[in-house]
Amino acid sequence: MVKVYVPCDSTALSLGANRTADAIVAEAKKRGLTIELVRNGSRGLFWLEPMVEVATEKGRVAYAPVQPNDVPSLFEANFLAGGAHPLNLGLTEELTWLKKQQRLTFARVGITDPISLEDYLAHDGYNGLKNALKLSGAEIVKAVTDSGLRGRGGAAFPTGIKWNTVLGCQADQKYIVCNADEGDSGTYSDRMVMEDDPYVLIEGMTIAAVAVGATQGYIYLRSEYPHALKTLNEAIGRAEKAGYLGQNICGSSHTFKLEVRRAAGAYVCGEETSLLESLEGKRGLVRFKPPLPAIEGLFGKPTVVNNVISFATVPIILDKGAQFYANYGMGRSRGTLPIQLAGNLKQTGLVELAFGTTLRELLYDFGGGSATGKPIRAVQVGGPLGAYLPESQFDTPLDYEEFTKIWAVVGHGGIVAFDDTVDMAKMARYAFEFCAIESCGKCTPCRIGSTRGVEVIDKITSGKDHAKNITLVRDLSDTMLNGSLCAMGGMTPYPVLSALNHFPQDFGLPENSKAG
Amino acid sequence: MALSTQQATKIAAHIEQHKSRPGALLPMLHAIQDDVGYVPEEAYLPISKALALSVAEVHGVVTFYHHFRRHPAGKHILQVCRAESCQAMGSEKLEANIKANLDIDYHQTTEDGAITLEPVYCLGNCACSPAVMMDGEVYGRMDAEKVAALIKEARSK
Repeated sequence: MVKVYVPCDSTALSLGANRTADAIVAEAKKRGLTIELVRNGSRGLFWLEPMVEVATEKGRVAYAPVQPNDVPSLFEANFLAGGAHPLNLGLTEELTWLKKQQRLTFARVGITDPISLEDYLAHDGYNGLKNALKLSGAEIVKAVTDSGLRGRGGAAFPTGIKWNTVLGCQADQKYIVCNADEGDSGTYSDRMVMEDDPYVLIEGMTIAAVAVGATQGYIYLRSEYPHALKTLNEAIGRAEKAGYLGQNICGSSHTFKLEVRRAAGAYVCGEETSLLESLEGKRGLVRFKPPLPAIEGLFGKPTVVNNVISFATVPIILDKGAQFYANYGMGRSRGTLPIQLAGNLKQTGLVELAFGTTLRELLYDFGGGSATGKPIRAVQVGGPLGAYLPESQFDTPLDYEEFTKIWAVVGHGGIVAFDDTVDMAKMARYAFEFCAIESCGKCTPCRIGSTRGVEVIDKITSGKDHAKNITLVRDLSDTMLNGSLCAMGGMTPYPVLSALNHFPQDFGLPENSKAG
Repeated sequence: MALSTQQATKIAAHIEQHKSRPGALLPMLHAIQDDVGYVPEEAYLPISKALALSVAEVHGVVTFYHHFRRHPAGKHILQVCRAESCQAMGSEKLEANIKANLDIDYHQTTEDGAITLEPVYCLGNCACSPAVMMDGEVYGRMDAEKVAALIKEARSK
């Protein structure tokens, strides 16, 4: 029976993948043909979704983008045997966009049926856990440390060091918490992992549990991801049944129970201490640090809190070895980063590459330039708290330290492009507005500063006491940067000041007037 | 507005089902809103009793999170993404158009009770901006016409 793949990833669904799948099934029935429809994850070439693939002797052949009204002509062209058609893109594996990538964390994404445990096992799934079960906790932690993996949520703190702290704590209960509150605009790699390869996250969290001696895990999932919720719950149920979760996992003495908890639309709950408060059933107010969550985390117990991508990268490290992973990357940024191309780009999607690639390559080679055909004027990297970069900085390599040097952040790897119609004063205003909406309210610089910031930008753009208010917005930003309790208020000045510094003309200042 | 007996029974059942879980309040509130459509103020007292909290603490949690509604919503929920990626693809114009089309602002419901309009800050569909969500389903590469069609379809259901 011919296998036909139509993605079930929510971006593919948002472009009508279900209708395409229905049309294929109906057309096959009409023609008396039997096919096996597989709802795979997305390959991440989102500008080509819905992408249909057919398994042929030579490999999987891609047809994209396929709308329901294309389906009859695909059958006419004998697409079930990889026949020629205007939408035929050739072998999926040979697509330049995919071939140029280094997919480690995303090795299976788009290839397998996300909820099929058999498929996961057939594609190297659970090899990492099997190796981990032969090691001591300290040895697992050492492998993660040696791989150079740093927190992919954005803070880039070395994952192994965090785990080591939890490992070293004596406690009757320890927790593994996955931060799946992916709220940054321009990011969707967590969502893709959870919808398109959920077992890799489950495996990564299980390895963490085995390493530090935790028995309970929670995935704190944002409420805006209903498909991820469904997929994760299904996968957790199947993993439990097969003995990969619960008591005596894989016949070992380890116990690990895992549960998904829905967030409730507060951006600040992506901050780890606020997340823990929320998991405990409270308002998501940021906690003072210390104590670190690794020592006093969820319900006051030692807790590993990591992002989805950090956990999802652990299985391949334990499978192929720390050195294999560390061989990718540059400087102190080891391994790969799943980069998400978004906003005004022709070719948007998921690009996993070793650290070190430049923004220019990503925006033009992968992204194909702007969707509107106009020049790309600014890009925001790392979500709503990330800096705006002008064209003169597009040659900066994607690397945590290189970005720090230009007062920018890599963050969670989201890249949002804007064409030359963007008004950067408006974007700066929006950054303050967003902070005002999402501030947890615990510290004054963030709670009050964000609202004052909106007012000051309004005064600047309306020309009221212009010079005075430019000074004031810099002063306010300084207070927020240095006086806020967490990154919400502490990093809002990044988009604001980068917009002001790189695009002064949008604020009524002469071009090249850095001082303002 | 007093609760109907049916609503009160549903809420009591959700409280009973979730009260023993660690960190029970959010799962409980989700269950109530999923079922009843919002979190009625009348639920605060029984929740507070079940979890040994004050009514003020329950109120504090409900009001902290954007997701929880304190009033009944329309038959359908339309969420429009306001975040940067969607802005880069013209969501501001789209927002204005939707508001004009429905003749309501955010957090309001159309006069016929069909559509409640809510802002949302990222749906994770940034590769196909601008995006909206209607009753939990995401739609990408939206324009005024496509959203109008979605609204029409929802109203006909």
